[in-house]
Amino acid sequence: MRIVCPFCGERELGEFTCLGDAKPLRPAAGASDDEVFDYVYLRDNIAGAMSEHWYHGGGCRAWLKITRNTLTHEISAVEPAAGVGARSAAR
Amino acid sequence: MKYSIFSLARAAFSGHKNWQRTWRDASPKDRYDVVIIGGGGHGLATAWFLASEYGIRKVAVLEKGWIGSGNAGRNTTIIRSNYGLPGNTGFYELSMKLWERMEQDLNYNTMVSQRGVINLYHSDAQRDAYARRGNTMRINGIDAELLDLAAVKKMMPFLNFDNARFPVQGGLLQRRGGTARHDAVVWGYAHAASALGVDIIQNCEVTGFVRDANGKVTGVETTRGTIGAGKVGMAVAGSSSRVAAMAGLRLPIESHVLQAFVSEAIKPLIPNVMTFGAGHFYVSQSDKGGLVFGGDIDGYNSYAQRGNMPVMEDVCEGGMALMPMIGRVRLLRQWGGIMDMSMDGSPIIDKAPVDGLYLNAGWCYGGFKATPGSGLVFAHLLARDELHKEAARFRLDRFRRGAVIDEKGVGAQPNLH
Repeated sequence: MRIVCPFCGERELGEFTCLGDAKPLRPAAGASDDEVFDYVYLRDNIAGAMSEHWYHGGGCRAWLKITRNTLTHEISAVEPAAGVGARSAAR
Repeated sequence: MKYSIFSLARAAFSGHKNWQRTWRDASPKDRYDVVIIGGGGHGLATAWFLASEYGIRKVAVLEKGWIGSGNAGRNTTIIRSNYGLPGNTGFYELSMKLWERMEQDLNYNTMVSQRGVINLYHSDAQRDAYARRGNTMRINGIDAELLDLAAVKKMMPFLNFDNARFPVQGGLLQRRGGTARHDAVVWGYAHAASALGVDIIQNCEVTGFVRDANGKVTGVETTRGTIGAGKVGMAVAGSSSRVAAMAGLRLPIESHVLQAFVSEAIKPLIPNVMTFGAGHFYVSQSDKGGLVFGGDIDGYNSYAQRGNMPVMEDVCEGGMALMPMIGRVRLLRQWGGIMDMSMDGSPIIDKAPVDGLYLNAGWCYGGFKATPGSGLVFAHLLARDELHKEAARFRLDRFRRGAVIDEKGVGAQPNLH
């Protein structure tokens, strides 16, 4: 698997770290137990095209949003994920 | 048929041309008391325990490919019960005891080899953690020995003891741990279950659930027609989320790929199963001579049953750090299995929130060693509608209750287990 970073160009997988499904969003303070439980534990675990957060730690250190097929590892889109790092840092 | 020295001799004298099929390849009937989805080790073990231990013989095991074609054929064959947390300790020891009598129980040679499992430690903190785990095991009646450097040197003189960064200081040894032949485990359970009337149905993929007016699961839709069931058990590790989604469930599970490797055959070298505690690397030598080894998962969701290069490199580096001389051994093959990574690293055995459906999922890295224990406790749940006492902590709602079993202590991120 190679990833085309929008800032650095095509790089090998070892430079990147996957943070998982981009869909769950951290619930606001005061959210119900159900919402927190859902965010922390439950996953769609999609078989097919999935939107994910990746971190380019071995390169530009940007957070990326990558659309990848979990059945084939084929990557169809890579875009910068503005603000994702801040939102996900607490995970 | 019953295997014995006489059946072996008879087959040998007739040129091995008259061996009978070891199990029946059945066609689906309209209805069963219990339908088990998944013809891997866990599904087949469950069927055998249902028939032999709980007297339920109208049982079908449905497998989408051929039996043993999923994770049962994609592991590193290690068996052990060196766990330290309540919930795990008793369960894995139950499983270990079942491994020890499996060949007699099944009348099948599953090549259980109690060659010992040693976890090496490389720091004082790690020694203390292993000492504590060993003590926990011994308190629970499980064998464990803490070895110092001299004892490890005597047992495995070929290790790199001059590693400046990760010096081997000793290890935690479970002598009763070891390996078993993974394919034979599948065939053995199929052989024994089939003899008790269990139908093993291959090339039969489940495509949906049949539900009654109250939402209760009353059967499954498959590529070979609709099959009615009193109860449906899921044992489809790797695909648990996909099958559960057909019943409208979301699980605390992500699917990740874990790679394993086999080298070309070499003369007997490694006497036991070894884990390199400083990194994540485990190795044993197969009876054919190949080194069988693995390490971490690849770190991203996957259903692809194949891995990628960075982890391959990482695993081989782990092996080289421990035994630099294997650098000249060629890698023969590599494969990837899909792991049900649960959010605390421990399995889920429970009734599903949907009536009539039962879950056996979330085995993470460690499904193979659990095979007989998993079969027994899952059969118990299906037969009695209550959890076996050794599986009482594996409930699905433990995440909501905050009663997680986090053996590795790395939190709710499955790519870290």
